[in-house]
Amino acid sequence: MVKSRTLNLGTGMFVLLGFAALFFLTTQTTSRGLSFTSPPHYDVTAKFDNIGDLKVGAPVSMSGVQLGRVTSIVLDMKEYKAVVTMRLNARFNQIPTDSDASIYTQGLLGGKFIGLTAGGAETYLKDKDQIDFTQSAFVLENLIGQVLANFTKGAAKSNSATSTGDAPAAAAPKTTEKAK
Amino acid sequence: MKLIRELWSSLIEALVGLGLVVRFLLRLVVSSPRALLRCDLIAQQIYNSGALSLVIIMLSGLFVGMVLGLQGYELLQRFGSEEALGTAATIGLVKELGPVVTALLFAGRAGTALASELGLMRATDQLSAMEMMAVDPIQRVVVPRFLGGVIAMPLLAAIFSVIGIYGAQLVGVQIMGVDSGSFWSQMRASVGLADISEGIVKSCIFGVACSLIAVYEGYHATPTAEGVGRATTRTVVASAVVILFLDYLITAAFL
Repeated sequence: MVKSRTLNLGTGMFVLLGFAALFFLTTQTTSRGLSFTSPPHYDVTAKFDNIGDLKVGAPVSMSGVQLGRVTSIVLDMKEYKAVVTMRLNARFNQIPTDSDASIYTQGLLGGKFIGLTAGGAETYLKDKDQIDFTQSAFVLENLIGQVLANFTKGAAKSNSATSTGDAPAAAAPKTTEKAK
Repeated sequence: MKLIRELWSSLIEALVGLGLVVRFLLRLVVSSPRALLRCDLIAQQIYNSGALSLVIIMLSGLFVGMVLGLQGYELLQRFGSEEALGTAATIGLVKELGPVVTALLFAGRAGTALASELGLMRATDQLSAMEMMAVDPIQRVVVPRFLGGVIAMPLLAAIFSVIGIYGAQLVGVQIMGVDSGSFWSQMRASVGLADISEGIVKSCIFGVACSLIAVYEGYHATPTAEGVGRATTRTVVASAVVILFLDYLITAAFL
């Protein structure tokens, strides 16, 4: 009888440990947290020209404090803009309607998130409202392209000022050096 | 010509073997509901193949996690993103290393025990004796062992992953000096429930495969000392190959 008791105890402890591990994996290593029912919330949307690699589930924050998450990203087929729906916690219900939403990058190579900056309006965002002022994601390739274009232009100008006809060809190696 | 005929016959032989395994599995599934009524038998098998494997699983998990912490840190440091260590270690453990290494250890620790136990029962005519007493040995002996393994395996894999994550944290945060906050927060930001469920699905399927191979080989062992030994060896070899093959299939299916 004593033997079967220790056996049951061992089995019970093993199963308990196993489920505790599963629980830990599902709640502690993911962003789900412990809540089984979602807290009170409201949805707002914003239209962006370019969202970069913003993903569903990305955090939405203001002054570094997380307000909610991105719940859906769809393309508006009339304006060809990305419509991002954000689910904000109802605790943060005093966000001015003229706030602006920008897409930032976490760290140098991290994921994208949406940062809200408060405006000065007296009215606050409600469910299904839209944020009108938006700033697109900072796309590294575009920026490098612009920098290169500027360099090429500048170099072409200075080259043509000094002399020689084949300015772009001479300018190209110079710009790559500068870009480095 | 002779070679072709031999190849053909060995192919047929392999297909027959596969058919036998599948029929055996169906038999186990059919007798499972009745066997579930005897919870005490299943609990005992969970103890045998689960609780008794805990020490080896936890130790291996700790060291696998620590190695992952070291290697991951060394690799990520080259790209200046040591903070991603938590993510890298967790995804590696939960999706791949946890289920696969646990299943390999499970086949070595519990699968061999099952196979040799059943083989010895066969060799000493205990199974025939049960049949004589109108006790179905499949239902009384084989199914509880099978179900015990099926239940124990996902739990063991989860324990392995958690211990491994703490092992990686031990090396990465305590020794190598990765920031503890970014270790956990990056992990939480980029590990999804899909990753976890892939790991759970994998470990469940590996549990079925390992337990099935072990009880099949044991039950059908040649009733001699040599036959039991061979059944045990075949259990480990077949389990390892099947686990790695299934791992590829499931990973491809989840991508």
